[in-house]
Amino acid sequence: MSTHANPALLDVSEVSKSFGSVEVLRSVSLQVTRGEVVTVIGPSGSGKTTLLRCVNFLESYDSGSIRIDGKEVGFRETGTRQRRSERDLAAMRAETGMVFQSFNLFPHLTAAGNIMLGLRKVRGKSSAEARQIAEHWLGRVGLAHKADSLPAELSGGQQQRVGIARAVAMEPKILLLDEITSALDPELVGEVLEVVRSLAEDGMTMLMVTHEMAFARDASSRIVFMADGGISAAGPPAEILGTEIDNERLRSFLARFRASHF
Amino acid sequence: MLGQIAYALPFLAQGFAVTLWVSLLVVVLSLVAGVMMGVGLVYGPAPLRWAVRIFSDTIRGIPILVLIFFVYYGLPAVGIHLESFWAAVLALTLFKTAQVIEYLRGAVGSIPKGQSEAAMAIGLTFRQRLAYVVFPQAFRRFLPPWINGVTDAVKGSALVSLLGITDLMHAINQVIGRTYEAMPLYILGAVIYFAVNYALSLASRRLEQRFSFIRE
Repeated sequence: MSTHANPALLDVSEVSKSFGSVEVLRSVSLQVTRGEVVTVIGPSGSGKTTLLRCVNFLESYDSGSIRIDGKEVGFRETGTRQRRSERDLAAMRAETGMVFQSFNLFPHLTAAGNIMLGLRKVRGKSSAEARQIAEHWLGRVGLAHKADSLPAELSGGQQQRVGIARAVAMEPKILLLDEITSALDPELVGEVLEVVRSLAEDGMTMLMVTHEMAFARDASSRIVFMADGGISAAGPPAEILGTEIDNERLRSFLARFRASHF
Repeated sequence: MLGQIAYALPFLAQGFAVTLWVSLLVVVLSLVAGVMMGVGLVYGPAPLRWAVRIFSDTIRGIPILVLIFFVYYGLPAVGIHLESFWAAVLALTLFKTAQVIEYLRGAVGSIPKGQSEAAMAIGLTFRQRLAYVVFPQAFRRFLPPWINGVTDAVKGSALVSLLGITDLMHAINQVIGRTYEAMPLYILGAVIYFAVNYALSLASRRLEQRFSFIRE
């Protein structure tokens, strides 16, 4: 139990996972401390998204451990790798926020309703209180005037900003962002990244997967490069995205990436 | 002729009440059982899924009439004796339950996986995810086939007359037996069944419109 001074907020330790015979995560270890913004990059199929989904236990893993604030996320602390109860898992998941590539807003609820659901049912807030918090966060993402709109009435960028507001309104310890601009039209990417940037400035701890290299360079404290299910390189943005890097996989990934994005 | 029919009306009304009572019991019981088993089929562990799958496929593969006779005449052989009324209700409920299971599976299956994941991510428990995220969206898709099934249940309830239960169908046949006025009485019966089912379809359309704001 890491109760000693200044432990990592998120501690991923030697996590491995296979889908059938395919090893998607190979003994991945990664620490994120409070207030850090860590970006995971890498070719598709490298395990980035799977890693993110293990952190809030949307996916289970075969071995290793993932701890948030010292507490094991998906398994009971008995050493037997017994899955937590449904109720415990839900409580653990409420400590992390997640924003999805495909937004996944609840289409039957308004923008405010989407944000209020967790506040009411998980945090036990009154309707009035939840509404107030929802309005506050909608204001933060620039959508105060859309509180009563249904997701279908919003643009992709607006939907994703509601998705972010829904996640952060729960006051998670860490925010997980899974390629949140990949499904957006290019002209809508900026407004979403702007929101993420302002959250980072407020000190929100984040772990994100993205293909927006320029954004990763500007907003991250650290960049992690994944390849073939393992962490191939990690370091500050200038180092990882720089030209000096002594890592063939990363160099060819970035070269191919630059070629396809001019 | 009309006089005789008018004379028989209270008797027919009693039969109609039995028809409605049987239909209501079957619809409510099959809804509860079907939704629970359907949730088991979609979300349950493998053994439960297989059990529900086998139940549903078996029941749906048997003609409803065979099922009714099996429950009434067959089950006593294994020591289960049911009054004709309850035997009929049980048989019809089993049949309808199998259908409700499939409606539920289809409706819930049409909700993208991302919806459940988003609900998980904000910390909702399984029951909360069903209650606040999945079911409200699945409801719109569940409703049309289910109402269709309800009208089938009302029509299918006429089969209970074969076990000697005096429902609307049986009452009509008895009146015909006394009056030999088959045509007007069957028309009367058809009109009554139609009126009930048409009212149900109208109600269904109203409900669907009410939930049509949910776009995916």
